[in-house]
Amino acid sequence: MISDKNIGRPVPRKEGRAKVTGAAQYVDDLRLPGMLHGATVRSPVPRGRITNVRFGEGIPWDEFTVVTARDVPGANYVALILNDQPYLADRVVNHAEEPVLLLAHPDKYLLEEARRAVHLEIEPLPAVFTIEEALAPKEVVWGEDNVFKTFLVEKGNVEEVWDAPGVVVVEGEYRTGAQEQLYIETNGVIAEASPERGVVVRGSMQCPYYVHKALVKLFGLPEEKVRVIQTETGGGFGGKEEYPSMIAGHAALLAWKSGRPVKMVYDRAEDMAATTKRHPSRTRHRTAVTRDGRLVGMEIDFVVDGGAYATLSSVVLSRGTIHAAGPYNCPNVRIRSRAVATNVPPHGAFRGFGAPQSIFALERHLDKVAAAVGLTPEDLRRRNFITKGETTATGQVIREDVDLAGLLDRAFELTDYRAKRERFARENEGARVKRGIGFASFMHGAGFTGSGEKYLQSVVGCEATPEGRVRVLSASTEIGQGTKTVFAQIAADALGLDYEAVEVVQPDTADVPNSGPTVASRTTMIVGKLVESAALQIRETLKGAGLIGDSYTHGDWARACAGYIERHGALRTHVQYRQPEDIEWDDERYRGDAYGAYAWAVYVAEVSVDTVTYEARVEDFVAVQEVGRVIHPVLAAGQIEGGVAQGIGWTLYENVVWRGGRMANGQMTNYIIPTAADVPPIRVHFFENPYEGGPAGAKGIGELPMDGPAPAILNAFEHATGVRADAVPLTPEAVMDALEGEAVGA
Amino acid sequence: MKDEVKAAKSDTAADASGGGKLSVRCTVNGAEATLRAYPLARLLDVLREELRLTGTKEGCGEGECGACSVLIDGELVNSCLVPAAQVEGAEVLTVEGVADGERLHAVQRAMIECGGAQCGICTPGMVLAAVNLLRRTPRPTDADIREGLAGNLCRCTGYVKIFEAVVKAVESRK
Repeated sequence: MISDKNIGRPVPRKEGRAKVTGAAQYVDDLRLPGMLHGATVRSPVPRGRITNVRFGEGIPWDEFTVVTARDVPGANYVALILNDQPYLADRVVNHAEEPVLLLAHPDKYLLEEARRAVHLEIEPLPAVFTIEEALAPKEVVWGEDNVFKTFLVEKGNVEEVWDAPGVVVVEGEYRTGAQEQLYIETNGVIAEASPERGVVVRGSMQCPYYVHKALVKLFGLPEEKVRVIQTETGGGFGGKEEYPSMIAGHAALLAWKSGRPVKMVYDRAEDMAATTKRHPSRTRHRTAVTRDGRLVGMEIDFVVDGGAYATLSSVVLSRGTIHAAGPYNCPNVRIRSRAVATNVPPHGAFRGFGAPQSIFALERHLDKVAAAVGLTPEDLRRRNFITKGETTATGQVIREDVDLAGLLDRAFELTDYRAKRERFARENEGARVKRGIGFASFMHGAGFTGSGEKYLQSVVGCEATPEGRVRVLSASTEIGQGTKTVFAQIAADALGLDYEAVEVVQPDTADVPNSGPTVASRTTMIVGKLVESAALQIRETLKGAGLIGDSYTHGDWARACAGYIERHGALRTHVQYRQPEDIEWDDERYRGDAYGAYAWAVYVAEVSVDTVTYEARVEDFVAVQEVGRVIHPVLAAGQIEGGVAQGIGWTLYENVVWRGGRMANGQMTNYIIPTAADVPPIRVHFFENPYEGGPAGAKGIGELPMDGPAPAILNAFEHATGVRADAVPLTPEAVMDALEGEAVGA
Repeated sequence: MKDEVKAAKSDTAADASGGGKLSVRCTVNGAEATLRAYPLARLLDVLREELRLTGTKEGCGEGECGACSVLIDGELVNSCLVPAAQVEGAEVLTVEGVADGERLHAVQRAMIECGGAQCGICTPGMVLAAVNLLRRTPRPTDADIREGLAGNLCRCTGYVKIFEAVVKAVESRK
């Protein structure tokens, strides 16, 4: 019944014209009458007791609105999971850049002078900055032991494998650094607030209902007195998942006290210093493998640095933990994981959400395991790829056809992998610029983990107008990935209408139901399926009322909508998520069906390493993946290409330099992301294997491309140089250390 | 660098309290304009706040990202680094002036068709960088395109679809 007039075709992006003409309105493009600007006074020290606040000379302080923790009308915490993070520090600070005091004034230049004239007197307390210091513990800075969350995943009995005859044991340790999301539009909001009218916030965000929930608690208001409206959003990548709740609360507190609208838009330096980044990680592997290359035991210890407050770290840890053993069939697995506290700004959501960290470790480690038993990286993986009917580390039985070997074949064909593997090895002898080729194979689960989608109970609405136009109502945000376009394709095909007949409504909590957060590769697969169902219900309603038959023209459709609305007032449907019955998950033991579906992939990187300048470059990149049905080929390829570029940045360029718990290079001048001159050709190839749980067969893809580049590139680096590097970012300094260390040792 | 940028802003604040706005006469998107601005005000702010041309975006405020790119007398510049007084007598082109009325420029059409705009925040600057490139180099090579766009950062696309859009814009004008 569902047509495919739109799905699978590159229809024009809904908001494309507004974006290429500069007409699209982002939050900083808006101004409201009487609007003030807001600024945040932040702690310069990583941990301490606030003893005094001094307001410096030469500033007309009586013109300013000043807000401290004492002005909070409701609860002074950012409502999320553990509610341990205050909106404004009260007596103690736990990380540098922690917000302590807020200022508002009509003149944003004077405001900046005033911000610098507020002096916080803080008596320093000992702080911890690394995973090792947190675990020692050098000092207890959170809870009883600096540990936010632990997980244990057990499959089989890993204790029995280490001494088994004919088994080789291979160990390794792998590290990844923090990474800034670096959306080009910084975090920003405009708030209006008063006790009589409640709170209205417009801003750049991924999850309007997260902000809504947080503001309800902060102000102690009933839900209907808080309204959150997403404005056009200039990139998120996870960086606008939880942080907008913070800046929205700050602007709203200033608006509440001043009685005027308040705009807060961070400049780049503040956004980089104060907002979330990807969790740094350390992973230790101990692997038992037979001499013919069968994995018999994997013991994995995975730790992420969560920063000063719990925020989303437990969930990031969960996804990283579940992905840590990869797409391999191994009978005995133990994964222990911990998220720990340090006195740096809280780390948060960033595309991949823990999985890129643990997958990096595994895919580097498997090249080492292969070498230990005299196999090629390819042969080792082929002997262990998971297939239908086998189980993952959490005991999830794979029910779909998985063909990782086929993905590998295709990726190798596109890159001429085997010939290059031989040729580079031959030509590198004595060459200044050495070349290498490497790959990684991996999967990424779509949607919330385990029971997450069941608890979310997402709702999507759909309504028709008397003209026969269809409006999709959801809180899922367009942040560049194409939500509006993809939802319109899905609804149009469900109804047999033209793409132009469908409008996807801008998220506003006063108008749209809560379809859950725009995260976790869930928008197309989970929410898109609800869009499909909600649209189909509109059609069923009209059919049930006898207004249309099985086939109809657009004119028939419009007349039917008009007739129905005349009789009943409105034509609107709401659909709520119901978890498929065959998904089972045990939250206590962390066993079962971790995700409804996985995307599967093999990525190949070709690198060059200049042994004089120590520069490593990616020369060619091929990304082959199976993602169910591709809804929009151009948008889907765009997701993969953009994710691969971010992955290349994380691997080679993006180095967060920490000094006393503060980011020392919080500028685009010295925090380097890939430019047009740095990215290689990125060739994307999709295998399509429709997944029955997704709209028209689609699975999620947004995070997948972040997982593969780092291990593929470092595997290629080892092929090029013969030197192991087991940490990212592999900056030129790190290349020098790796190569010179080898020279000294040889 | 950060402090220098902040210092420039506070100079403006001092001016704000002491008066001293200049009249700057120039052409913006083909129309004559008189800007009322402090001499050191950033052209970016004057365009956005005085003329309400908000298509020009601030990405970094220090000339690294190119989101605030405009053309001044045919030169691609970062408007966050240009004092308003400097455009006296100049022709300024912003993204709002690229299309011919309702008719999009070939670069804009190609950006939509090829998927070169995702979140859209770098897009105005990227469009101007591409327009500038094609004016100077009507038949750019792959290396020309990479060089021509290297001052404009995009975090969404990995640039692949933007390169494709430039190639398509060239082909559409043949």
